[in-house]
Amino acid sequence: MSVAARATALIVAVVVVVGLGVFVALYFIGGTSALPTVHYAASGGQVNVVLQEDPQNNSASKPDWVSYYVQDPSSKQWIHTTLFSVPANTKVNVTLYGYDGCTPLRNNYFSQVQGTIGGTVTVSQFDQHGKEYVSNHTTSVINGWSDCNVGHTFAIPALGVYVPVASPNAPLSANNLCGSSPCTTSGNPYALETFSFMTPDHAGVFRWQCLVPCGGGYLDGNGGPMQTLGYMMGEMDVVSS
Amino acid sequence: MTTTQTPAQPTGARHGLRIFLIWLILSLAACLLIWFAWKPHMPPGDMSDAARHQQFDIAVLAVSAAPVIIFVLVYFIYSIVVWRARPGDDSDGEPIYGNTKVAASWIIGTTVIVLWLFVFGTVELVGPAGAGAGEGPSPIWKLNGVQTASWTAGSNDMLQVQVIAQQWVFTYRYPQFGGMESSELYLPVGTPVTFHVTSLDVIHSFWAYQLGVKADANPQVDNVAYVTPKALGSVTVRCNELCGIWHGAMYNFGHVVSQSAFQAWASGVQAKEQATGILAALPPYALTYDPTVVPQLGKNLPKIDGITGAAGYYYPPSDPVTP
Repeated sequence: MSVAARATALIVAVVVVVGLGVFVALYFIGGTSALPTVHYAASGGQVNVVLQEDPQNNSASKPDWVSYYVQDPSSKQWIHTTLFSVPANTKVNVTLYGYDGCTPLRNNYFSQVQGTIGGTVTVSQFDQHGKEYVSNHTTSVINGWSDCNVGHTFAIPALGVYVPVASPNAPLSANNLCGSSPCTTSGNPYALETFSFMTPDHAGVFRWQCLVPCGGGYLDGNGGPMQTLGYMMGEMDVVSS
Repeated sequence: MTTTQTPAQPTGARHGLRIFLIWLILSLAACLLIWFAWKPHMPPGDMSDAARHQQFDIAVLAVSAAPVIIFVLVYFIYSIVVWRARPGDDSDGEPIYGNTKVAASWIIGTTVIVLWLFVFGTVELVGPAGAGAGEGPSPIWKLNGVQTASWTAGSNDMLQVQVIAQQWVFTYRYPQFGGMESSELYLPVGTPVTFHVTSLDVIHSFWAYQLGVKADANPQVDNVAYVTPKALGSVTVRCNELCGIWHGAMYNFGHVVSQSAFQAWASGVQAKEQATGILAALPPYALTYDPTVVPQLGKNLPKIDGITGAAGYYYPPSDPVTP
């Protein structure tokens, strides 16, 4: 083979390999950027972020993955994303609907509420008929090992925010869980949890995640939804206010 | 027509002497610079006994390597300058035959260097107490300190700290303070510390940079590492084992404080966790965690249909991506 032919073959091979790399990178980056971001604007120094976590989701690719949803503040529609933005130096009031069943925390230390204003959350639990089992219970610990009342956690490690997310109680977790996402309070057992925290005084992107790697059944750690944007981990974009 | 005359070459002995003198002067200067100017700034600093040893080791290796590198460079540059082909000199170089002295010097020199590094490295791995590395569940080289059920400031009590890694946070448990747990690492200065490093999920690595401590965090393994903090300050703790998508964000900060400040902090956290009830909700202190066993609930919990998906799992058995 001549030198020219060999050089041509080499250039073609390099172009193909680089092209494949660029394609893969763009494919995945494009997939991530396709997730919508829900923007929350402050009013009176506060924003109200509304989330729900479901035992499944309405995606075509992974419908059986547990997932968070974020409520659009203007349309009140549930958006299948885990990206939201809030202003800096603002009080964030989170309302979180927990529709997924209980799971023992791998480290029960995270049953303790940390980083919220007052170090507490307020929890209510309802059955599928709307009957309220627990009403506006303010607590600093939701013991995920004693009563099976914790479904997941909402954690922003960089801000020191660690919140156990309440689930419907154990019998309700075992039966009648919401089966179609986004879930509604009508006809489904759920837990309603509220808490507040302050955003930092500077802009930045803050990872949030769940610290329950698939409950007690997995040794393999945070696979699948637990490490996929749009499901059980997300990013809170703090923007200059 | 002009003729170019090759200048008279110095004798071989003078070449060797010149190279030796140049090498000696440059090596001395480099070693002094390394030891006195560079060493104090070498990683990981001198915040603990282990870190000091590592800094010393790196400096010794640099001092050992510098003369070798300088000899190669001096010989290289000297050859280019002195033995270069002069204009008009088209003659061949002198033939080279075997030189027993050179060969023997090379073999002896490299053997001495390698053996020196072997002995030095082995000795430094032993002291102090494993050089800040994880030694597994049964350490060979232990740190001096009194094993006690409680820790008291001003004593030589060994402080026990359990490092619990999970995707993607570290937490720290202090059995001598009722088993309280914290998201922040606090250590008292001048106190022998035993880290028990473990993981709740995948393999992580606990790297307390300024303390010179690095120990793998393996599920169901108690990896023991020792350190004695020698100076007050902040410590960066990073995961040093690729552990998933947020591995790069798995870090937090520790603090080396005075013994009295540590006592106050630890007692305060213990009292707070007792008051909130989380202390009673933590499992009995154990050197490793088995996440498949939840004592208060029993192993039957994941078998209850409907809890977090089918049969306790997020994925049905038919899902091919079930981890």
